[in-house]
Amino acid sequence: MIPIDLAILTLVTISGIGALAIKDLLGAAIVFSAYSFLMCLAWAIMGAVDVAFTEAAVGAGVSTIFCVAAVFHTTRRTKD
Amino acid sequence: MRLLALIAVILTGGLIIFQTGAFPDFGDANAPANTYLSTYYLEHGQADTHAPNIVTSVLADYRGYDTMFETTVVFAAGLACFFLLRRKKVPGGEPRIYRHMPTGITLRIADGGKLPAEDSEVFRRLDTEFVPQQLIIKNTCRIVIPFIQIFALYVIAHGHYSPGGGFQGGVLLAASIILYAISHDLRRAIRRFSEKTAALMGSLGVLIYAGTGALCLLMGANFLNYKALAPLLGVDAVMARSHGILIVEIGVAFAVMAMIIWIYYNLSSAGKHDEGL
Repeated sequence: MIPIDLAILTLVTISGIGALAIKDLLGAAIVFSAYSFLMCLAWAIMGAVDVAFTEAAVGAGVSTIFCVAAVFHTTRRTKD
Repeated sequence: MRLLALIAVILTGGLIIFQTGAFPDFGDANAPANTYLSTYYLEHGQADTHAPNIVTSVLADYRGYDTMFETTVVFAAGLACFFLLRRKKVPGGEPRIYRHMPTGITLRIADGGKLPAEDSEVFRRLDTEFVPQQLIIKNTCRIVIPFIQIFALYVIAHGHYSPGGGFQGGVLLAASIILYAISHDLRRAIRRFSEKTAALMGSLGVLIYAGTGALCLLMGANFLNYKALAPLLGVDAVMARSHGILIVEIGVAFAVMAMIIWIYYNLSSAGKHDEGL
């Protein structure tokens, strides 16, 4: 049985690398949102519920909307 | 160059990860961070401020000065987005699309054509990007939004007792308006919560916070020492600190809510406040 914090930490790393590697910026915004949500779970496991709440509201919620809004008015493709 | 950067990143990251071994264990009572101030907060927090959630009492009372400037930073971010992105609306120039509600026919009115009245019930303006009839989405959001707002108010009011507070509650309130803007359209959201309201509410939030501090100063105590408010609120010193936290959290919620909505308006419509996400 894998400890849950280790499993979440692995997923955080994977989604972090994924958000950097994806060429489609809209996809990157969504993966980054998943990263934020996993970080929120990690905070909650560590007992920092206030931080987890903020991470869920700001990181996974609002900042994703801002990213999507920015992509909506610029371009979905990245150059590098 | 990229290879060089990669090597630098791997070296730095490796060093940092290598050094984490020297950190104190998670939850170690003898760790330097837990031996200095934390013990004081944990032992005296509730007796001092009557707030079972120590995080809130540290955030809004013991370190209120820090949080005041965090609020100011949020306010400054909103203003920066406004100054960078906001453009004046140029009348005409682009075709507009209207839907005739009784028949569901979509009309495209070219630049210079006769436009229906702004508040017409028969013709409803659509974004120029294709928008299907989203009856289910619209009605679901209409049902959900009040509950989000009630929950946000709960989060603000119960910041002392449960996780949450001004920042989280403000973000939730902002999210409810953003949800409205996404599920309906940006113009309607702006009609309900205008740019002017956002600017005023944001400033008011920062004013409530700084004003509470200044009031303490006027009452003869240090800046943001809520104990001084006890005669004004008609309670003892401990409860005054508890109420002071609540007042300050409301200020934070105002500022955060208004600024996030304002940033969203500017970002999603490229500063035109006309057609958005």
